[in-house]
Amino acid sequence: MIEVQNLTKTYGSVTAVDHISFTVNKGEILGFLGPNGAGKTTTMRILTGYMPATSGTARISGFDVFNDSMEVRRHIGYLPENPPVYPDMTVGTYLDFVTRIKNVPANKRAERVADALKKTNIVDKKDELIKRLSRGYKQRVGLAQALVHDPDVIILDEPTVGLDPKQIIEVRHLIKGLAGSHTIILSTHILPEVSMTCDRVVIINKGKVAAVDTPQNLTSQLKGGQKVRVQTQAPEGPLQQVLQQIPGASRVQVEAERADGLLTATVESAQGQDIRSVIAAQIVQKGWPLYELHGVSLSLEDIFLELTTDEAAHAEPSN
Amino acid sequence: MQGFYAVYRKELGHYFVSPIAYICIGLFLILSAYFFNYFLTAYIQEAIAMTMQRMRYGMAQDIDVPGLVMRQFFSLLSTLVLFFTPVLTMGVYAEERKRGTMELLMTSPVTELQIVLGKFLASLTLFTIMVLPTATYLIIMLRHSDPMPPLRLMLAGYAGVLLLGGALLAMGSFISSLTENQLIAAVLTFAAFLMVWVLDLGRNSDSIVGTVLAYLSVVRHFDDFTHGVIDTTGLIYYASFVILFVFLTVRSVDSMRWRRA
Repeated sequence: MIEVQNLTKTYGSVTAVDHISFTVNKGEILGFLGPNGAGKTTTMRILTGYMPATSGTARISGFDVFNDSMEVRRHIGYLPENPPVYPDMTVGTYLDFVTRIKNVPANKRAERVADALKKTNIVDKKDELIKRLSRGYKQRVGLAQALVHDPDVIILDEPTVGLDPKQIIEVRHLIKGLAGSHTIILSTHILPEVSMTCDRVVIINKGKVAAVDTPQNLTSQLKGGQKVRVQTQAPEGPLQQVLQQIPGASRVQVEAERADGLLTATVESAQGQDIRSVIAAQIVQKGWPLYELHGVSLSLEDIFLELTTDEAAHAEPSN
Repeated sequence: MQGFYAVYRKELGHYFVSPIAYICIGLFLILSAYFFNYFLTAYIQEAIAMTMQRMRYGMAQDIDVPGLVMRQFFSLLSTLVLFFTPVLTMGVYAEERKRGTMELLMTSPVTELQIVLGKFLASLTLFTIMVLPTATYLIIMLRHSDPMPPLRLMLAGYAGVLLLGGALLAMGSFISSLTENQLIAAVLTFAAFLMVWVLDLGRNSDSIVGTVLAYLSVVRHFDDFTHGVIDTTGLIYYASFVILFVFLTVRSVDSMRWRRA
């Protein structure tokens, strides 16, 4: 559905996007993950035909985004970082205007507008002026705008920014509900969002693709081992010693004592080895009260940091 | 075509949901009505004075009150237009860029030319709505004139006002497309209008440069229309002016894609 090959965009001497390649299959949700300034918005703007790439190609539904820009624009819905709304229009007239510039046939406009209002849950705001809406509602109007013409591909630039937690959950549900019939690319710098909504993730940093995979694969691939977190009441030195002597434990980290006298230690072990029972037995044997013991799996957050900071460390050793 | 009409409709609607259209139209009508009344009374008084002079001395020429009032009135309209059009065009692109809605338009299946023409014709429509009600003043005057001057005088005058307005609107839109700030757009537009206005000062000069500059002035060609003459030179002049600035605006809008924003 979407094929991106060696896409590069330079602004003068700054390279915002550096030879990016990835593909998105029909009906898939692709997450575009990266820190601010990584090149997410630039890539999306190229895909929507808003700006031309310096080199490389991008095709949407088989149409080149530069050479067949008009055809591409007919097939996409785009929500930029700031919802592109006219404050002096009502939600209804605004969406009607969007169906008109997106070439929706006259007999289908009202139906499409009603549908978009329903999907984004803003039916009761139809006659409200957009400038009177809160940030969350404006964002939903922006979303409605991106899907009102029922495009094949929907491109969303940070769709949950500025929303409250309840709205974020609603928007994620909405996006998930759109998958299947639509192909979706969404960018974000919030990690849980990706693991919750996306089928595949492209991690991008400093204009380069750092990894492309499913959230599950990324997690397990980089996991390498397991982590166990223990909370107990014990003297620091002996605890460290005891934990280190456990067979299979590779790295033990004991955190500083807290006011209530509890120590938290993290033990890493090789993959496939469950050392939780051994730790529990050892601690009980020593007569220390055990408050907490649980396995920690590497989150996307860790993977993300690992992927992006490694590179940063190589590039700027002084940091 | 559909895209052009959608932009036109949106743009025209936009003038009327914001107070700009009402303030402009209201002020324009008040000012033009005041000056019309002023010209009319002044010329009527002069005519009465002339008649009395003739009665006393038997020698004095008649003055054509409606004709003079009309000529004065049209040149007043052209001055008012100079002040009002920057307000109509200042936000056309600047506002759109600032709000980020330009990104919506430019990722929709509409061409730059459709966007630019839609916006230009919408501002020209508003301009027409602003200017045409003043015709009622003239029609009332003409109905009470004896003998009634040819209607052609009035029609040519309005043709001139609309052409002049169109040229200035096209230029103002172009300037608005260069900035994100409405106020800067308005000030620059006004300055640019003054420049094309004062080119007319070259008219009285003998040098070739002066003649050429005068020929390029927007008021020079307008004068023909106020005399009831629809000159093809003027028509072509204003048409080229509009086409030039529509073209420049299309290029300027297109260049937004290449800039870092």
